[in-house]
Amino acid sequence: MAENKIGAYVCQGCGIGDRLDTAQLANVAKRDGKAALVHEHPFLCNAEGVALIQNDIDNEGVNKVVIAACSRRAKTDAFSFEGVSITRANLREGVIWVRPDSDEARETTQEMADDYVRMACAEIKYMKQPELSGEQGLNRRIAVVGGGVSGLTAAVEAARAGYQVDLIEKSGQLGGVVAQLYKRVPAKNGLQGPVDTDIEALIREADGSSQITIHLNTTITQTDGAPGRFTIEMARESGTSETIEVGALVQATGFNRYDISKLPELGGGKSSDVVDQLGYEALLKAADGGAIKRPSDGREVKSVVFVQCAGQRSSEPGHLPYCSGHCCATSIKQAMISKQSGADATVMFTDLRTPGASGEDFYRAGQEAGVTFTKGKCSTVDTGSDLTVNFKDLILDEETSAQADLVVLATGMVPNSGPDPYLQSNLEQAQKDNNEERVAELEAQVANAPVSILNLSYRQGSDLPHLRHGFTDSHFICFPYETRRTGIYAAGPLRRPMDIAQAQEDATGAALKAIQACENAAIGRAAHPRSGDLSFPSFRMEGCTQCKRCTVECPFGAINEDEKGYPKYNESRCRRCGTCMGACPVRVISFENYSVETIGQQVKAVDMPDEFDEKPRLLVLACENDAYPALDMAGMNRAEISPWARIIPVRCLGSVNTIWITDALNSGYDGVILLGCQKGDNYQCHFVKGSEMAHYRMSKIDDTLSQLNLEKERVQTYEVSITDVQRIPQIINDMDKLIGEIGQSPFKF
Amino acid sequence: MSEVVATNQTIMVVGGGISGLTAALEAAECGKQVILVEKAPSVGGRVSQLYKYFPKLCFPTCGLEIQYRRLKANKNLRVMTLAEVTAIEGEAGAYTVTVQQHPRYVNENCTACGECEKAVESEFADEFNYGMKPRKGAYLASNMAYPQRYVIDPRMIGSDDAEKAKAACKYDAIDLDMQPQQQQLTVGSVIWATGWKPYDAAKIQPYGYDRHANVVTNVEFERMLDPFGPTGGQIQRPSDGQPAKNIAFIQCAGSRDHNHLKHCSRICCMASLKQTTYVREQFGDDAQSTIYYIDIRAIDRIDDFYQKVQADPNVTFVKSKVANIMENQANGNLVLHGVNTEGYHRYANEHDLVVLATGMESTVPAGVFPEGTAIDEHNFLDNSSASGIFGAGCSAEALDVNRAAQSATAAALRAIQVVNRVAGTEG
Repeated sequence: MAENKIGAYVCQGCGIGDRLDTAQLANVAKRDGKAALVHEHPFLCNAEGVALIQNDIDNEGVNKVVIAACSRRAKTDAFSFEGVSITRANLREGVIWVRPDSDEARETTQEMADDYVRMACAEIKYMKQPELSGEQGLNRRIAVVGGGVSGLTAAVEAARAGYQVDLIEKSGQLGGVVAQLYKRVPAKNGLQGPVDTDIEALIREADGSSQITIHLNTTITQTDGAPGRFTIEMARESGTSETIEVGALVQATGFNRYDISKLPELGGGKSSDVVDQLGYEALLKAADGGAIKRPSDGREVKSVVFVQCAGQRSSEPGHLPYCSGHCCATSIKQAMISKQSGADATVMFTDLRTPGASGEDFYRAGQEAGVTFTKGKCSTVDTGSDLTVNFKDLILDEETSAQADLVVLATGMVPNSGPDPYLQSNLEQAQKDNNEERVAELEAQVANAPVSILNLSYRQGSDLPHLRHGFTDSHFICFPYETRRTGIYAAGPLRRPMDIAQAQEDATGAALKAIQACENAAIGRAAHPRSGDLSFPSFRMEGCTQCKRCTVECPFGAINEDEKGYPKYNESRCRRCGTCMGACPVRVISFENYSVETIGQQVKAVDMPDEFDEKPRLLVLACENDAYPALDMAGMNRAEISPWARIIPVRCLGSVNTIWITDALNSGYDGVILLGCQKGDNYQCHFVKGSEMAHYRMSKIDDTLSQLNLEKERVQTYEVSITDVQRIPQIINDMDKLIGEIGQSPFKF
Repeated sequence: MSEVVATNQTIMVVGGGISGLTAALEAAECGKQVILVEKAPSVGGRVSQLYKYFPKLCFPTCGLEIQYRRLKANKNLRVMTLAEVTAIEGEAGAYTVTVQQHPRYVNENCTACGECEKAVESEFADEFNYGMKPRKGAYLASNMAYPQRYVIDPRMIGSDDAEKAKAACKYDAIDLDMQPQQQQLTVGSVIWATGWKPYDAAKIQPYGYDRHANVVTNVEFERMLDPFGPTGGQIQRPSDGQPAKNIAFIQCAGSRDHNHLKHCSRICCMASLKQTTYVREQFGDDAQSTIYYIDIRAIDRIDDFYQKVQADPNVTFVKSKVANIMENQANGNLVLHGVNTEGYHRYANEHDLVVLATGMESTVPAGVFPEGTAIDEHNFLDNSSASGIFGAGCSAEALDVNRAAQSATAAALRAIQVVNRVAGTEG
């Protein structure tokens, strides 16, 4: 490793030179920042400015570059230099744009800029270029768990892109639920009836592919490792076992049928002529276009009533609270087939949900085929030799009934996602919070917890974490594939209820993510949201107390414990948020370019005026994903921010180590503000639990404050959004005001 | 314009909205060479104009920030803005794409310092705000614009104002002589993700969007909530700027309708449910929202959001296709006429403001694609045809954001299959 040589470059463009004494900034970089080379430049991001920096790198041995100019979010193309560490002192958005251009503000504005230059130099001194750990390995093999339509699709699509696939199926055959169907709802738009499932063609392709190895009657007894180097132990029904090595996994384990005997009021379990949609599909398959036979007496079915939302979209105990999405179209499909077989078909619904172009086309096809659609809410089904469906007709606004030979209950999908690894800890939390509804829900889940599917050997449990209702967790709007276990992607109805067309699309997307995980693991690149980051956490073993906080708090279950109880990081599982670094009470965890020192030294680098100057200092630790961009936009809109604030971006609030706060308070900062993202069920934290962990840790900071005899209002933690362009400056300015009221810190020297 | 390098192992993504961004990033992060072509001056597309997403009520710019950071960090990905694809010829593995580059009149020297904007006086309707407010002739598309580079409105070229902008720039970033350019690029596969546009509400005559000031579309309503938008974040009536507390949301305005778009646009039910929460948030107990609907399609696990809104006593649901809207001349209020089909009750309900949940119209163009590219009757690309051109997001179907992300990720794999095949053949 070459000697550290810091080059600091102070831009005078965009008004920086007019508003600030850049010669002084250069001097600060040299004197306080120990920069070996310092340049001022009228327009640093132009070709000449960039060439100046590049020349210093190439010919002067500069390996650490401080750019004192605009925000780290601006001009990233210009300020991107290979092979060196770079940091930015934000003088434009962060200083001159948030301060008034007045004589009286000039001094404090300059002090702000001086400090940002000091901070950047202090940070870069402790930043290193990330080097590969040596843990990388290229394995272009993907395991797909589940041989239904989702799993088959993932396998076939990955194989078509040139990857090897192990397709693992618990049962003796491929095809899953779709193989049980007589026909399917068309995936294409256009007015048409039910079509063939074509599942055989998909099975044939998987079977015939030299790149796909099919493992039937096989379950997983253990999944170990990390992206790029997973080891999966499989057990066959026959008693034999096999171990495979793969780069990534797709979990496509589908859904389970809702048990219709839980719906006795609708005749479920009481009459064999009351069936669910899959039950009816079996009758249609048996009829094969001919007369449909009633299960109870074999009589030809002349009338069928489909009861939508049976046991779903309901808050009744034992019912499913959500909508399963596919069931309206599925009932229309079955109604159309019934019509063709000579039976009258009525679909009884509250909201007919066939969205999109394909959905609406299919609904119209059903209407044109003569299916009766009744807006009504079914209350009971009387069983006997004939079935009576009692319902409230919502159009005529009256209680009425209909006779039917057969009743189909459109019941919901129960995700087959395996047990939630956090079930027990969530239950304990809910009990602590006295959230009765949640306790009841979780207790029911504990009682019915299924057996593990993946059997992950992870410190944080055996399967993918859930979000709600048993569906797997992800940022399901923007980043639907991001599960909380890097390199393991959920596809199909274990993620959310979905129809065949969506499940196939989903499986194709999940296959891409698996491929990406293999490729990135090979070169040590992080997955979303810090895509491409090459840094990874490591720890100083001699300082570690084996307290396990890092292994417990990692939002991604990346860290295991070795035999001696030391953390084992599994770099390719890591998302590089630094929540482990924030958790460590003895501060032995760091990244090469992001550490307790890179932030801690910035905190210390700030020039601390003595109390008679009456210039307070506020430390603001801002999440780089949302709070920091909002602060940039505040600058773009010329919002005013207190001249006492010193803002430091952090990877995630979860990475904030309380030592920074303690050090700041000890060294005379008057207030500390932490800005993170929304936590909880509708979390916006890109690292899922980072913000939540930070809030939890900060709730304990009161002890520290009382030990120091400081008011607890001096440290505040907020959940903010990227749109809080006006609110965040207000939060900072309010803290300024508060310090005015409660007085400066007594810890100034 | 600097030279763009492309080969038949390159993937071209057309459209820089949420689908195009996702497809381009996912492919590039698998190590593929990608060119992203966007017609507007910045990427982000229609989602960047939304206030919040359903059902989490989180902010689209939050996810976009991550996508932009991925863009900035990825050397495999090249973004072309103000660029339009006018023709695609050839076949899978070997397409020739004609790209029309419109001049920005601002080069890479731009630091987004904003001096040009201050210098000019000309104003034009702001596209980002659907024309609800003006913007300067030298402008940055939005706070979040990426690339973060100004644009000179072509209508200003030749004027004194344009010269003023040029004179104000200290960085030699303004080049008023920039010319349109056309170039042909060879690529292996194309992902078409040009998204949607709101159905022209003026075509729904009985609703009087073109006659009644206080009838707005749902996308315009979203802009009202932005603190930097046309009303500074206030929900108010265009006619008199008064707070609009009693709002009607009309579903399927232009969708599921033989006279307009036959398809269901999928997002509008959830969008209106979401928008009732805006009214509630702003006016508390004074808020009154009424949703006129055919079916509430709050599909799958996000149905719980519907249940939450249903539980709000200040939100009323009326199952009805509104027949027409008349204006009360005295106060600018709107009177909705129709029949509540639940119990068959006629109504004439008065509201402060009407929000039309206008449908999603595909923007798949005619005359661009090679023969054999299938486009269905709703103008969506039909991905079942075997080619190397893949529709993603709302170019393939009316989709919400999470399904668009899913569709785009799937499209990225299909495109990779094509270029990997080419790589295999070329060794």
